[in-house]
Amino acid sequence: MLAESLALSAVLFSIGAIGVLTRRNAIIIFMCVELMLNAVNLTFVALSKVYGTAGQVFVVFVMTVAAAEAAVGLAIIIAIFRHKQTVNLENINLLKG
Amino acid sequence: MLLQEATTGAHPLSGSIAEWVWLIPLLPFLGFLINGWLSITSAARVGPKDPSAAGHDAVGHDHGHASGGGGHGDDHHPVARHKYAGLVSIVGPGVLLLSFGLTVAILMAMLGVSREAPFVRTLYSWMPAGDLHVDAALQVDPLSMVMTLVVTGVGTLIHFFSVGYMQDDPGYPRYFAYLNLFVAFMLVLVLGASYPVLFVGWEGVGLCSYLLIGFWFTDKANADAGKKAFIVNRIGDFGFLVAMFLMFANFGVLDFAGVSAAAPSAGFNSPLITWICLFLFLGCAGKSAQIPLYVWLPDAMAGPTPVSALIHAATMVTAGVYLIARSAFLFSLAPVAQLTVAFIGALTALFAATIGLKQWDIKRVLAYSTVSQLGYMFVGVGVGAYTAGIFHLVTHAFFKALLFLGSGSVIFAMHRAYHATHNQDDAQDMRNMGGLRRYMPVTFVLMWIATLAIAGIPIFAGFFSKDEILGAVFARTHESTLSQVSWLGIPGGGLLYIVYAMGLTAALLTAIYMTRMMLYTFHGPNRTGEKEQPHLAEAPWIMTGPLVVLGVLSLFGGWLNLPALLPLGRVGVLEHWLEPVVGPATNAVTGGAHELAHSTEWALIGAAVAIAIVGIIIAVTRLKPERLIPKARAPEEHGFERVLLNKYYVDEIYDALIVRPIVWVSRNILATGIDEGLIDKVFVTWIGAGIPRLLGWFGSRLQSGQVGTYAWVLLIGVIAVLGAFTFR
Repeated sequence: MLAESLALSAVLFSIGAIGVLTRRNAIIIFMCVELMLNAVNLTFVALSKVYGTAGQVFVVFVMTVAAAEAAVGLAIIIAIFRHKQTVNLENINLLKG
Repeated sequence: MLLQEATTGAHPLSGSIAEWVWLIPLLPFLGFLINGWLSITSAARVGPKDPSAAGHDAVGHDHGHASGGGGHGDDHHPVARHKYAGLVSIVGPGVLLLSFGLTVAILMAMLGVSREAPFVRTLYSWMPAGDLHVDAALQVDPLSMVMTLVVTGVGTLIHFFSVGYMQDDPGYPRYFAYLNLFVAFMLVLVLGASYPVLFVGWEGVGLCSYLLIGFWFTDKANADAGKKAFIVNRIGDFGFLVAMFLMFANFGVLDFAGVSAAAPSAGFNSPLITWICLFLFLGCAGKSAQIPLYVWLPDAMAGPTPVSALIHAATMVTAGVYLIARSAFLFSLAPVAQLTVAFIGALTALFAATIGLKQWDIKRVLAYSTVSQLGYMFVGVGVGAYTAGIFHLVTHAFFKALLFLGSGSVIFAMHRAYHATHNQDDAQDMRNMGGLRRYMPVTFVLMWIATLAIAGIPIFAGFFSKDEILGAVFARTHESTLSQVSWLGIPGGGLLYIVYAMGLTAALLTAIYMTRMMLYTFHGPNRTGEKEQPHLAEAPWIMTGPLVVLGVLSLFGGWLNLPALLPLGRVGVLEHWLEPVVGPATNAVTGGAHELAHSTEWALIGAAVAIAIVGIIIAVTRLKPERLIPKARAPEEHGFERVLLNKYYVDEIYDALIVRPIVWVSRNILATGIDEGLIDKVFVTWIGAGIPRLLGWFGSRLQSGQVGTYAWVLLIGVIAVLGAFTFR
């Protein structure tokens, strides 16, 4: 059971990572980041069976942070959209050196 | 300041009032803080200089009191006294008076006890660094007490004089702040128990000298004179520092007691001691205006006249003489250095006296006279007659302070007269004076006393001290350590005969130029001008009072150390007093009891007195004040007179040989070549600015602003790190 769970989370994490790297739409990248976070959560839960409940405690923290991050991240994306009328990351390079 | 126990333990003075010696320099320092604070707080409202005085700057001389005489009837420019004048007039001289009182009290405590060992009052450990250990310590011994008495005593009188002289100057509190600070540093100088503490005072008085020479700094000539004094003194200070380094490197200590104990191990006439003494003397030559560093002192007359009296005649410039007397244990081991000191002193005495013959500015005559008399003191300490040198220092402090303050009183009167009639003429030029005895009788009589004292007429103070120096030079020509060595190939005894002859000649010239000054200033008809004459008047009592005290001291100061051959027997108060400090060093030079025969001594005294009288007679018979023409219409001098008037062109020679080459090298090689060419271009522009700019260019290329790129870079980085861990 442990092996399957870890395999699933690995697959989910990879999908998320590939999504972050390849997509250009900020919303989708954002969702991919969430997917990566939840893949990690799954790993924590799965491993807590072996190493004790500390992993589950971590999951609660990660979810809290993810919720806060979602709020801030979405607000930023909305602000960017209002400013540039697009959420395509190729057009957003204000921090260019 | 911590009240720690004195380290000397069972010294007879421990526990007495001498424990409070640190208050002596501290009191003037507190005066400096109070007056300085008053000066700063009032500076915003009162400008740096009274604008109404600006019209009187044409001559570029002593004119700060140009608005003087506000209270004397000529209210052409009624200038209100400084708002804090009352408080400053109490604090400024008051702290000096307290210091003087404390000094007298300590002196009284010393009278009853043994004075063999100095009493060292350690305040705290100042520089405990490795092998170097220097305490902030003050030393009470007969020599430092003599100097402290002179500094606080004469200083107090000059502070009182300044109350009158500077009364209407807008910088009144600033003046007293500087003057108090000067006295504080001077007291640190004479009371310090080690060379570094002495050096702190040494540098401090240099600073105050600079500040006070340039006191009226709105006039560029005054500011330049201050800078010149400061820079020339730096050359001397370099010598002093090198001497201290040599002492520390070879003896490992820097306090007087330690060096005195360690020095004999280096050996008599050893190159080390000779070099230390020569470097010390370089410092003294700077501070005490000896050849070749004397050039700053005549220019220092740009300061207020009481400053000239206190700093540039009575106290600071004698610091070099004090330093040599203090280092007597070193100099007595180095006869070659002693001969150098004596010869340079005699040369300076003679050289400056010749220049003094032809100066027209009353203060410049006195300035060159000071240089000349300092030369005398160096002859004294140079031949190992430390008591005689210090004796002349003390009597010179009396009569030269009197001369300067008297000239200040004259200038004060002249300036008031010119100010009242809006005349732009030079108030310091003797050609514009003449016949002043009718207008200022008190100053006239007192100035003559000082003149007779400096000329070396018996009874007056200068006679005894000058005679003692010349007698010592003569005595050292035989059977002393000095006569056994040779100096640049000249036998020491022969050199001392030359020094003696130069000293006598300088005495002759001194009598001539001082009489000349008196004749031109006070005798003959008045040349100030018809309109100005009614305005000439004696100075107020606050100025004449100190003059009277100094006059009494100039009359009787010589009795401190009467020669042995008088029927009274030897009344060598000063010699007996200084014996514990300089006695051993003097005996080391003379090889024990070696006194001149009385007949020889009478002959020497007779020669000295005859020379002085001849000088006065020459001046009186040859100089005709009646024929003198006021400055504005005076003809140009010719020939050698012109050379003397221009001070042998020494300033011009220094300018051509030293100043200009240094400026040229600084400007064209150091500034343009090294600073701008090498440092600015190569190090700053190329290396300092170029390399960061290149790195920045690469760095900014990496920062594309594309989140996708960052993510890829991050991923590659993570894989690289993981890979490194996995396939380690």
